[in-house]
Amino acid sequence: MTLNTFKISQARDALRSGETTAVSLTEACISAIEAAGQLNAYCAQTPEIALEQAKAADERIQAGDAPNMCGIPLGIKDVFATKGVSTQAGSNILKGFKPEYESTVTQNLWDAGAVMLGKLSMDEFAMGSSNETACYGPAVNPWKVDDQLRTPGGSSGGSAAAVAADLCLAATGTDTGGSIRQPAAFTGITGIKPTYGRCSRWGVVAYASSLDQAGPMTKDVRDAAIMLSAMCSYDAKDSTSADIVVPDFEAALTGDIRGQKIGIPREYRLDGMSDEIAKLWDNGIAMLKDAGAEIVDISLPHAKYALPAYYVIAPAEASSNLARYDGVRYGHRATLGKGDGIDDMYAKTRAEGFGPEVQRRVMVGAYVLSAGFYDAYYNRARKVRALIKRDFEQAFASGIDAILAPTTPSSAFGLGEMRSADPVAMYLNDVFTVTLNLAGLPGISVPVGLDAKGLPLGLQLIGRPWEEGALLNQALVLEQAAGFTAKPEKWW
Amino acid sequence: MSIDIDTARKVAHLARINVADEKLPELASELSGILNFMEQLSEVDVDGIEPMTSVTPMRLKRRKDIVTDGGYQDKVLKNAPDAREGFFAVPKVVE
Repeated sequence: MTLNTFKISQARDALRSGETTAVSLTEACISAIEAAGQLNAYCAQTPEIALEQAKAADERIQAGDAPNMCGIPLGIKDVFATKGVSTQAGSNILKGFKPEYESTVTQNLWDAGAVMLGKLSMDEFAMGSSNETACYGPAVNPWKVDDQLRTPGGSSGGSAAAVAADLCLAATGTDTGGSIRQPAAFTGITGIKPTYGRCSRWGVVAYASSLDQAGPMTKDVRDAAIMLSAMCSYDAKDSTSADIVVPDFEAALTGDIRGQKIGIPREYRLDGMSDEIAKLWDNGIAMLKDAGAEIVDISLPHAKYALPAYYVIAPAEASSNLARYDGVRYGHRATLGKGDGIDDMYAKTRAEGFGPEVQRRVMVGAYVLSAGFYDAYYNRARKVRALIKRDFEQAFASGIDAILAPTTPSSAFGLGEMRSADPVAMYLNDVFTVTLNLAGLPGISVPVGLDAKGLPLGLQLIGRPWEEGALLNQALVLEQAAGFTAKPEKWW
Repeated sequence: MSIDIDTARKVAHLARINVADEKLPELASELSGILNFMEQLSEVDVDGIEPMTSVTPMRLKRRKDIVTDGGYQDKVLKNAPDAREGFFAVPKVVE
């Protein structure tokens, strides 16, 4: 077994027993990355930093000071500011940007001894569900069942591809409308979005601030628990960071969910749901029932409005957040013509620097926030958001411990397949995932099976706020019952 | 709700994004499609519902109004496309 295929938990044990070293693990990952150019998962590689961090980690381990993440080689989504290392968030407007500071989440990981292999591809400003809006070209799904290259999902597509193809032991992701969970489902890995406020947003390039949350993307549920504990912290630099103790999530993994109530939201059984997804969901229900959980039919009456509410709120916040890309302080500035004033500089810079999907969302946001439409769109969407949150609160108040649903409406689609579709068709990918972001709830996608084509499918568990430990434990039970061990066959 | 070409031009200006005149019809049609999709929200009865403003009910932390950070002009300017004499430089603003 080559070292890059290790899970975090295996590597941790092997490092502590002296069976391997952080440098060996890191070298194995670097070789794997070098051989996987076709997957286009990494947009920047940092082997020198990685080896230096790995040496330091080995010293810490030898000194007996080894936190769980010490010596673990990771890939970092390009949305996290990394000091002195290119941070582009998938956008040409940030070309050449090297932050003078480190995001809190990545700093937490480095403090715990983790190793940075490089930055991972993503949709531009995390706006997309296929990685195809990335300025560095799409990452490719390592799962290949025919001639077609498939999307690893988005926006954390590079992270998903890298974890699935063993180009790192685990990766960071961020999730605004499903950007951790959908790519995790498309690549047969595990991804958790914690409760809003668990992970600091400081140093994370902003898309929609009331929805953005970071989380780990890993090879299994235990790894997700280990890495999540290291990523979370209270941070005074993020005004919405929760000042709540971060528990040891791994300690919550008992594998016992007897007597817990799992809600099945009837509104999620959409007209036109594929038989495969319906069957996968039914199988998941049976697995949790066999494990001793009580299955309860529940109603989330406003769930169907989550997607349109999201596509008002997220673009509104994005249009405000992305106002900072004006060609003055960092990134791209358009070449100006004679007599061009500052307004020309803004408009030309933004036209050149933003890709089509980002431009669309910024303009939709400007529209729904503009005088005359603010109440009809933005305020109405925020009221609907309150109702969506209330649906969940009522379900949890009735004694539901977690909710089980599909992660995505299909398995990974082909790169280019959606290119001619209208933008709304792509938005439908988020139909099962956005509700949680609107309500701020934690959610985890667990790989559960393969479809008829041989592509992975995931199920999503939705937990109570701040109870990621219980949620991870429920996910562990699902993982054990599903016994998903398939890996993509290496073709790259 | 459908967006006409003038509205599309206005939205592009609000967003400070240059859009060539010949691209405006396509933009108007895309924005109309997205807004039609949002129209579903008008079905929801939101009477008496307060707009959601924060995910978790919590009071923003207060701190003393004092300088806690700063003193590194060079770092602030490091990524600027045009920095001169310790400032960001931009095209002439005042005639």
